[in-house]
Formats: sequence, C-alpha cells, structure tokens
Amino acid sequence: MAEPRADKVQFELVSPEKLLLSEPVDMVVVPGGEGNFGVLIGHAPLISTVRPGVIDVYEGTKITERIFVAGGFAEVTPERCTVLADEAMPLSDLDKASIDGELRGFEGTAATLRDQVARTSGSEHDEAAAELVAIEKRIAVCNAKLQALSQGAAH
Amino acid sequence: MANLKDLRVRIRSVKSTQKITSAMKMVAASRLRRAQEAAEAARPYGVRMERMLASLAGSIPAGSGGPKLLAGTGKDKVHLLIVATSDRGLAGGFNATILRDARRYIRELESQGKTVKLLTIGRKGRDGLRRDYARLIINSVTELGRPRLSFLDAKSVGDQVTALFEAGEFDVCTLIYNKFKSAISQIVTRQQLVPFPVPVGVVAVEPVPHAPGAPAAVYEFEPDESEILEELLPRNLAIQLFTALLENVASEQGARMTAMDNATRNAGEMIDRLTITYNRTRQAVITKELIEIISGADAL
Repeated sequence: MAEPRADKVQFELVSPEKLLLSEPVDMVVVPGGEGNFGVLIGHAPLISTVRPGVIDVYEGTKITERIFVAGGFAEVTPERCTVLADEAMPLSDLDKASIDGELRGFEGTAATLRDQVARTSGSEHDEAAAELVAIEKRIAVCNAKLQALSQGAAH
Repeated sequence: MANLKDLRVRIRSVKSTQKITSAMKMVAASRLRRAQEAAEAARPYGVRMERMLASLAGSIPAGSGGPKLLAGTGKDKVHLLIVATSDRGLAGGFNATILRDARRYIRELESQGKTVKLLTIGRKGRDGLRRDYARLIINSVTELGRPRLSFLDAKSVGDQVTALFEAGEFDVCTLIYNKFKSAISQIVTRQQLVPFPVPVGVVAVEPVPHAPGAPAAVYEFEPDESEILEELLPRNLAIQLFTALLENVASEQGARMTAMDNATRNAGEMIDRLTITYNRTRQAVITKELIEIISGADAL
C-alpha cells in the first residue's frame, strides 16, 4: 500500500499453516482472554490472549464476516490488528451435528481418563492427567463453537 | 567377455532401474513444490510471533528473568538434542549430513563434560544414532506428519519438549535440521530452542503516523506480560519446530530430486556403455561365425 488508508485498520488473521486474511476493515471485535474488545483505527497498542470464540469484522455498522477461532493471541497497534489463531474457520462452516458428535466422543474419553486419574498413580497417573487437560481444552472449544452457533442463530 | 544373453539381461535391469529413479525424481519434484509452498505459507505466523515475543521480552522488567523457557534454567549441564531427519532414504546426503553434524555436536558436548539427551524425529535419525548412542535416546518419533505435516504434528513434539523441560530433564535444547536453500543445496543448521534467543533488531512497534516525533508506543498487556509469555513460549516452541520441520521436508524432497536426477543420468550412461559392448560383442560373434564358415569351406 502506497498510502495507508487513514480510517481503516489493517486486520490480519494468521494460522500456523497460512495467512488467512489480510484486509483493511472499519472495526473488528476480538474475543480477548479477559473480555471482548473492539479495535478501531488508533487503538492503543495491546497484546492479549484470545479465548475460543467469534471474531466479528465490521464494515460501517454491519458485520461482514464472522470467524470462529479456537484461541490464540492478538496484537494491536494503532493501525493494525493481528490475530494469531490456533484454528480458524468461518462461522457458517460450523456444523452443529458434527460438533455434537465430536463433543460426545471427547466427553466419553474424558470420563475414562478421569477414572484412570483416580485409580492410577505415578507416571501413569501423570500421563492420564495431562491427556485429561488436553481433552478438556477440546471440550471447551466445542462448547464455544456451540455457543457461537446459538448466538449466530439469534442474530 | 560377457556373452550376449548376460548383456541383454543387464541392460534390461538398468533400464528398469532408470524408470524407477526417473519416476521418483518426478514425485520428489512435485512434493518439493508443495513443501515449498507450505513453508512459504507458514512464514507470516512465525514473523508475527517473533515480533510479539520481542516486544514482550523487552517489557519484562530486567532482573526478574521472566519464564524459564526464555531465560533458561541458569545452567547448561544437560543438553537435549532434537535430530530431525526423514523417514525414507534415497535422498542423497540429506540424512547423512544431519547425522554427521549431530555426532560431531554430541562428541563436542560430551568432551566438555555435558550430559546429552537425544530426541530423534524420523526413522533414519533413530536408526543412524541407535548404534552409537542408544543410551542417549530418550524418545524417537517416526512417521510424523504423513501425508502432510500439520501444525498439530509439530505441536505434539513441542508439547513433549515443554513437558520434559518443566520436569527439569534438560537445560538447553537444540534442534538440528536441514535448512532449505535450493533443490541442490541444503544447509545443516543448529537452532537453539530453549532458552529461546530473543530476536534482536525486530521493530516491535512502528511509530504512530498520526503523531510524528512521538515516542514509540508501549504495549498494554491483557492479562499481564508473564501470563501471556507463559502461554506464548510453548506455542513459539511448537512454531519454531513446525517451520523447521517444514524446511526439513522441503530439503528432503530437494535432496531426493537431485539424487534421483543424478541416478537417472548415471543409469543412462551405463545403458549407453552396455549397449556399445553389446553391439560390439554381437558383431564379434557374427564375424567369428563367418570366419568359421569360410575357413570350413576352404578346408574342403
């Protein structure tokens, strides 16, 4: 860009595998670790964690894009907003039935793991506990997806 | 001199070898292109991650040191070496160069009285180091990221390394892999992962254009620096591994492509030589038969 547009903030969404989005937008709302925050041009520099949730991209007062992210980090400077996402997909690509199925699978695994954690000790116990934490994270992501879907339907 | 039948068999077998090597070359070339694209696509994340880390590390109050993944344990007694190789062979010197460098580094560290632990990625690395250094290998990962290396694959290794570090299993972690330069040139690289060397010279924040002359802005953190770092550093470790492994895959395919190209050319030369010998032998046989017939007729 030869001349940065003064009234737009450059929004970038990056996953480890590729650059997903890079465009000037009016405003983005990011689900920060300590609450959602909106980014307009001239925002104070900020680095924040991102919790699983939906990023809303605004043109004027209209939401033009809704993207689900499974967590990550956001870096905001006065003219730029960069989100480093673990996993990102448009909200419209989420499918309730498949998430429900996934969630049930995870919960089943979590139950067995919890049982294992309670019964075993030593290294086996630690392994099961670590796996349980990982599974619980995925369950949280699934729940966030479902929540995002139900909110999306209400819009 | 070999007889005609032998030569025919030999030519046929070299020809079929040549077919295989040239097919492998094609496959490697197309995989190389894909691997290069993947490595290219993964770059933006790494760049932005480094930018963030640089500004975070800069704002950590001096003296407190920050998280151990960044500051280190204060010792360098135990070294963890991650040796990244391929699962498949026939890639020229690709694995051999990595293994040679790994061996040299292990000897160097051991002569300094350090303890070395090994984590191998790829079957060739495990097999190559098992003979001499089986006692050092704490874990080996094979068939990682087939058919396509995804971030989750790298993250699983990264998580292992983080867990080992948190358990106090090592002080310094170095990754050995082949950096991709071009299809004919790959560079063996040692990259330190823990403690992570913060990139210097990365501009964290550009000055605000609206207020020329204003001091560079300082970031706010939400939650605070140390908590973000706590989450960011393991992620960064996984990212560093991911980019290195992607480079490694590209290098592997590049090396294989070159090796197979050479093999195909060598097979071609061999076929030419054998064909000449075959034709000469055939001529000689015909001449000999003629002489036999003529001298037989003369004798009558």
